[in-house]
Amino acid sequence: MNTAMDMRPPLSLLPLTLDRVVLAINGRRIIDGISITLDAGPRTIVVGPNGAGKSVLLRLCHGLIAPTSGTIRWAAPEPAQGPRRQAMVFQRPVLLRRTTLANVVHALAIAGLSRAQCKLRGLEALRKVGLERLARRPARVLSGGEQQRLALARAWALSPEILFLDEPTASLDPGATHEIETIISAMHAQGTKIVMVTHNLGQARRLGEEILFMHQGRVAERAPTDRFFKYPASREAAQFLEGELPW
Amino acid sequence: MYSLLQAASQALQLVTGADPKLFGIVLLSLRVSLTAVAVAGLVGLPIGAAIAVSRFPGRRAVIVVLNALMGLPPVVVGLLIYLLLSRAGPLGEAGLLFTPTAMVIAQATLIAPIVAALSRQVVEDAWQEYREQLRSLGESPLGAAGTLLWDLRFSLVTIVLAGFGRAAGEVGAVIIVGGNIDGVTRVMTTAIALETSKGDLPLALGLGMILLAIVLALNIGAYVIKETAQRRYG
Repeated sequence: MNTAMDMRPPLSLLPLTLDRVVLAINGRRIIDGISITLDAGPRTIVVGPNGAGKSVLLRLCHGLIAPTSGTIRWAAPEPAQGPRRQAMVFQRPVLLRRTTLANVVHALAIAGLSRAQCKLRGLEALRKVGLERLARRPARVLSGGEQQRLALARAWALSPEILFLDEPTASLDPGATHEIETIISAMHAQGTKIVMVTHNLGQARRLGEEILFMHQGRVAERAPTDRFFKYPASREAAQFLEGELPW
Repeated sequence: MYSLLQAASQALQLVTGADPKLFGIVLLSLRVSLTAVAVAGLVGLPIGAAIAVSRFPGRRAVIVVLNALMGLPPVVVGLLIYLLLSRAGPLGEAGLLFTPTAMVIAQATLIAPIVAALSRQVVEDAWQEYREQLRSLGESPLGAAGTLLWDLRFSLVTIVLAGFGRAAGEVGAVIIVGGNIDGVTRVMTTAIALETSKGDLPLALGLGMILLAIVLALNIGAYVIKETAQRRYG
């Protein structure tokens, strides 16, 4: 493995195309026929009531679950060698009982980088999320916000084309949430497509460029953020906003 | 006819007086059981972890059999290894019967299933928590098994020690394949069995005390390791 990380792959993964995707568990359609295209570019925020299938949609896109029917297709296949071109950050970060740096190095080592490169890139990623001085600390004793920043550093180190985030700030205080949002914006500025599920509508407005509103396993509405919040087109979205927002 | 107290005080003298015969036996015991537990760990931990993270036909049957093997009676293991190693057996050429090596083989056979079955359980529980993250990072199932073994190292120490306790404390397997030969294959448990039947209670009791002390010390050590590690690494 030489300098694979520095070479941009010739073909982009994006857009990601979902065609009539269904996921049924015990006859219940958790995802009920979704056809969408996710393009490179705008930060896509997925919102909707509990049980709408938001997290499941992310897992389907990321390949953690296989659909019951329908297809999920990237514009180009992921390279068999080298780092994955997509990453995911979960609500509760799963960190290894190693140092902060070793957690990032582990992800880079899976991607096939040399030891020296792993360390270099690992430190670089930690610096970007402001965890460099905690590099030698055991990761599991970091605070909740630091743990999530580490999870983002681990994803960032791989320079993914697309990053899926499943309620990354759900259990964090406002200060930590703000730090996470800053990092997500910085990753986006460096060219990573963002697809994020959130329950926090304030966050959706701050980070979102387009909103994907899900209801009962379907995409009920897809609109630019401003329009979605001001003039929701679907009845479900209007009801959802009325229930969630104080005004 | 000894009274318990007399036997105990003489046993203490043997232990504190560093009786060479007694310590020869203790050292051989430790050598055999520690080697056996090392072999069982090297074999059992990867097998347990691999089963935990993989899905294959017949997996449930494998797990049931593995769990059942935890209850292997030592004398049966001793008998099987005896048959394998005896002159007429398939491995008879090696001339291992009635040597410490034969005892290591028997004890490793006895405890490898224990280590594999218990680590399978521990790793599988953790796998539920780690699976999505490791798959998201693109780690292969076997890579994940390795990652989990290292991440669970402090819990696995306890399992390996349970295996050691079982090895150091069993008498059935080592007495069959080792033969309890004085100065060659006599270990603590076989010596205790022999001395008790001969009526030399102080030696038997002294060995019993040492055996208990070793097992206790190891478990204290494991507990301390686990506690401090958990505080440090979370």
